[in-house]
Amino acid sequence: MAGFDVVRQAQQLRRVIGLSGQYAAVDENLTGRENLWMFGRLYQLPSAESGRRADELLDQFDLADAAHRTVKTYSGGMRRRLDLASALIGRPRLLFLDEPTTGLDPRSRLGMWDVIRGLVRDGTTLLLTTQYLEEADELADDIAVVDHGRIIARGTADVLKSQVGGERIEVVVHDRAAMPQAVELLVRALGEQPTVDEHTRKLTVAAHGGAQRLVDVVRELDEASIAIDDIGLRRPTLDDVFLSLTGHASEIEPAPGEGAAA
Amino acid sequence: MTDVRRSAAPDSGLGQAAADGLIVAWRNLKRIPRIPELAIFAILQSIMFVLLFAFVFGGAIALPGYGADPAIYREFLMPGIFAQTIVFAAATTTIGMCDDVNKGIIDRFRSLPMAQSGVLTGRSMSDVVYNGGILIVLMVSGLAVGWTVRTDIVRFLIGVALLLVFAFSMSWLGIWLGLSVPTVEVANQVVFTTLFPITFVSSAFVPPQSLPEILQPFAEWNPTSTLSNALRMLWGNPNPYTSDSFPSQNPILVTLLWAVVIVAVFGALGVRRYRNMSR
Repeated sequence: MAGFDVVRQAQQLRRVIGLSGQYAAVDENLTGRENLWMFGRLYQLPSAESGRRADELLDQFDLADAAHRTVKTYSGGMRRRLDLASALIGRPRLLFLDEPTTGLDPRSRLGMWDVIRGLVRDGTTLLLTTQYLEEADELADDIAVVDHGRIIARGTADVLKSQVGGERIEVVVHDRAAMPQAVELLVRALGEQPTVDEHTRKLTVAAHGGAQRLVDVVRELDEASIAIDDIGLRRPTLDDVFLSLTGHASEIEPAPGEGAAA
Repeated sequence: MTDVRRSAAPDSGLGQAAADGLIVAWRNLKRIPRIPELAIFAILQSIMFVLLFAFVFGGAIALPGYGADPAIYREFLMPGIFAQTIVFAAATTTIGMCDDVNKGIIDRFRSLPMAQSGVLTGRSMSDVVYNGGILIVLMVSGLAVGWTVRTDIVRFLIGVALLLVFAFSMSWLGIWLGLSVPTVEVANQVVFTTLFPITFVSSAFVPPQSLPEILQPFAEWNPTSTLSNALRMLWGNPNPYTSDSFPSQNPILVTLLWAVVIVAVFGALGVRRYRNMSR
């Protein structure tokens, strides 16, 4: 790993990795700055360097105002950011993150994603495990889908998604009586038989050609005076990938991503 | 991104181990004023023990050869209380260690390029300092109820050193226990069920002659007894232990032997436990 033998050169390896787990592994009775300083010292940085690095990270992670408060008083998002900052104190080349945004509100999550993207852009290799698939889609270059401890699929998000089919158009027809007419229209326009859900009045059809096809369909529905509640071009999500690969939705989903300078 | 200069070469051995241990000890000690309730109750508990034993048992327990003077009993009692407090020091360590494991901070420590022994030696160092602090409070309350050192400053300091050496050894027992139990609640139970008999079946609070015969060999070799007796001997406090057995004739030596054995056994077990932890 990173050019080191994980058994014989464990100590050298520890110098180039950073680790941030599911639970914020910081000391809640120390202040944010004391935590970072301590981890820096244990990363074998000299004391002054450790302090400088701590201040830098507190700024970067928007924690400067809380630097001298004990972590006990931090919110969940702040703890998470401090935990990630602790993992970065030694400028690791290889970063392991385990569900870095679990339990965060949407704004903190987006903020965390920005930070992580920035790290990867600057050359850090990231191994991310998450069961939050949108996160893997956002952050990972290369995704491995794990089910019951075995990798069942691997590739970029696009490759994985294409395995479960490409884009499709979904139409929700307003009036149930208009459904046969709408089906006929879709077959004519796209040359594909849509699947029909009578209950939700939803028609789903494969759409090769993307957005332009959607525009055609909207125009033709309008010309035929078929009222619709909703229409859209849907791309399969990683959730669809996972469900179709495993046939169930229960298992955790690690998805490693590699940075540009892997 | 520029590479950061590191102060020490990888695995630079003892120097790094000591430095890392000191940083972990610093962290453990920093916590004390941040959770003042812990220290305050530890101190109150110690004072309560002094008062309870001094005034509840003081009138009832007659020391062989000294008569039933409560003042004499109180002077006999204090070294026993010091010894008991130090044996119970293992509880503080166990709970602290277990808490660290459960909070996940040990996982972080294990991912750092620090001396692997640092977490354990740091815990041990900080707990010796902490118990040193508790001892000062206890000695002051002891002086208030009539305890005193009848010999000289050198022997007083030897006694204190012996207490701290034993506190060091008990911290390694605590480290191993703390790494071995699943939760802080279990840690509490285990520590109290094992340490209560060890501290009570001893010469700490009662003259051992009053114990059932079958328990006497246990009480004689019990480190709580040898430590209490060593302190009484060093400080000139009443010591009615008249047996000719090796431990009662050589309490300092036996206490030191105990300390060495406890550090060797539980130090090794604790280090192994820490190395093999997978959480």
